Amino acid sequence: MCVKEVILITGRTLKQGSNLENKMSDAYFDAAAQCEMNENLLTRIGASVGDAVKVSTRFGEVVVNAEKDDGLPDGHIFIPMGPWANAIVDPDTGGVGTPAFKGDPANIEKTDEAVLSVKDLIARYREG
Amino acid sequence: MAAETVSNVVCPLCGCLCDDIEVIVEDGKISNVKKACPLGKNKIMGHDRIKAPMIRENGEFKEVSYDDAIEKSAQILAQAKRPLLYGWASLICEAQRKGVELAEEIGALIDTTASVCHGSTVVGVQGRGAPGCTLGEVKNRADLVIYWGCNPQEAHPRHRARYAHSVKGMYRPNGKKDRKVFVIDVRETKTAKVADEFVKIDPGYDYMAFSALRTILAGHADVVPDTVGGVAKEKLVEMVDAMKSCEFGVIFGGMGLTQTRCRYKNLENVISLVDELNAHTKFTLIPMRGHYNVNGSGHTLAWLTGYPFAIDFSRGYAWYNPGETASNDVLLRREVDAMMAIAGDPGAHFPGESLRHMAKIPLIQIDPYANPTTELADIVIPTAVSGVEVDGTAYRMDGVPIRTRKVVETEYLTDEEVLERILTRVRELKGGN
Repeated sequence: MCVKEVILITGRTLKQGSNLENKMSDAYFDAAAQCEMNENLLTRIGASVGDAVKVSTRFGEVVVNAEKDDGLPDGHIFIPMGPWANAIVDPDTGGVGTPAFKGDPANIEKTDEAVLSVKDLIARYREG
Repeated sequence: MAAETVSNVVCPLCGCLCDDIEVIVEDGKISNVKKACPLGKNKIMGHDRIKAPMIRENGEFKEVSYDDAIEKSAQILAQAKRPLLYGWASLICEAQRKGVELAEEIGALIDTTASVCHGSTVVGVQGRGAPGCTLGEVKNRADLVIYWGCNPQEAHPRHRARYAHSVKGMYRPNGKKDRKVFVIDVRETKTAKVADEFVKIDPGYDYMAFSALRTILAGHADVVPDTVGGVAKEKLVEMVDAMKSCEFGVIFGGMGLTQTRCRYKNLENVISLVDELNAHTKFTLIPMRGHYNVNGSGHTLAWLTGYPFAIDFSRGYAWYNPGETASNDVLLRREVDAMMAIAGDPGAHFPGESLRHMAKIPLIQIDPYANPTTELADIVIPTAVSGVEVDGTAYRMDGVPIRTRKVVETEYLTDEEVLERILTRVRELKGGN
């Protein structure tokens, strides 16, 4: 099922940071094309770790792999900073130049759609 | 050839600028890195470099000479009406200085990765002051360490061990036993798990929490609600007691303050809290800067233009108004007609809506490695890795300038050389004005 109005946080992880200068690699894909949530939320959307999930906000949608982190409170999801997270964050710069990379309302559901590679994800922007 | 160990190398990854790294060099190539965290080790070890300059033709990259790539870049920048020069974080101050020259010459906007990171901190500091200290003071004196909205276990992995927690200092001879560490975050991060106290706060309530702490500190706990942003009033009172009674306190602020609701206002409020705590004890604040020399970009741009990021030279003089002149401001307004991304990766770290415009305009990328920005770029100019193949100045997160070391030779041009050549050619194209 689709769970609405979760809160999206994005940020650094050790694996994402370890591949900062290696972003076209499989290791970066594995590190950044994922969405962490706690066991309870995984159960609510009917997904297991590694399943594809679609996360949508009013700024777009993105498909990433589900990951478990029980450090996240109920109703919160975390996508590592990077092109997958940034496909859906609020671009509004809040009067200071910085988009809202943390705290955006989002919906999340299990999906059969594929997780896009960096190249395919960025190619979408070339298409307009 | 025998392996050589280069000692005291400065790590060019994050704002910790760890200066105790050992790099093993065999036959002119790096074969191992010791003491660094996984982030730093992977950067110093290096991997698949962009082999040669490239220009995109009919959608496909074609390898070209440095001369051709620099010529084409200079033509684009000289003709642009509203060029944006973005990045400037993962390189040395000497190259940043050259970037300001280029920006002034072509009337460009010049902006750094701070605008998507600690720009809010910089603006908060401009409004309220910088109650900072060095990391050495933290190491030797701090007995209360508060990580607020930051997760050094993943973003600055050696920060606790080198500067703030387990490290033994002159007046903290027992390291961890002599300090108390609080983590305030919206989730139980890896840092929260190793702290003495984890205080969970609801997203976007940091400003209210700082106001509550200041109210309690001023002796008006009676007007504070039972919970503030999900934090119980008793916990806030306990925090104020810990802050007032410590000998030397430090708050390390992260993206949890700068990228959320209230942005720079969060910083103004926490700096006011730190100011008021100094009536009781010694208290300081240090932003957890990300890129190794993003702090240096703020210093370099400020001493050359008067402003630390988001600077607009279109009027012929430096104009600064983040919210109007930062990269995402101008990209979202579809204002920019050419862009250079250097030592920063907007393709990975800007919102999709900004990338849509970047895809439509000529984009020049200067970087050692391919990344999502490369996928949008029209010209790609590979350069030497600053801090590994080029020495120069970088500023640690606490504002201490450190000379990075050159570890190995390279055949790539340096960022500074590429910028100098573009600048020279731009001046020729513009008729020597």
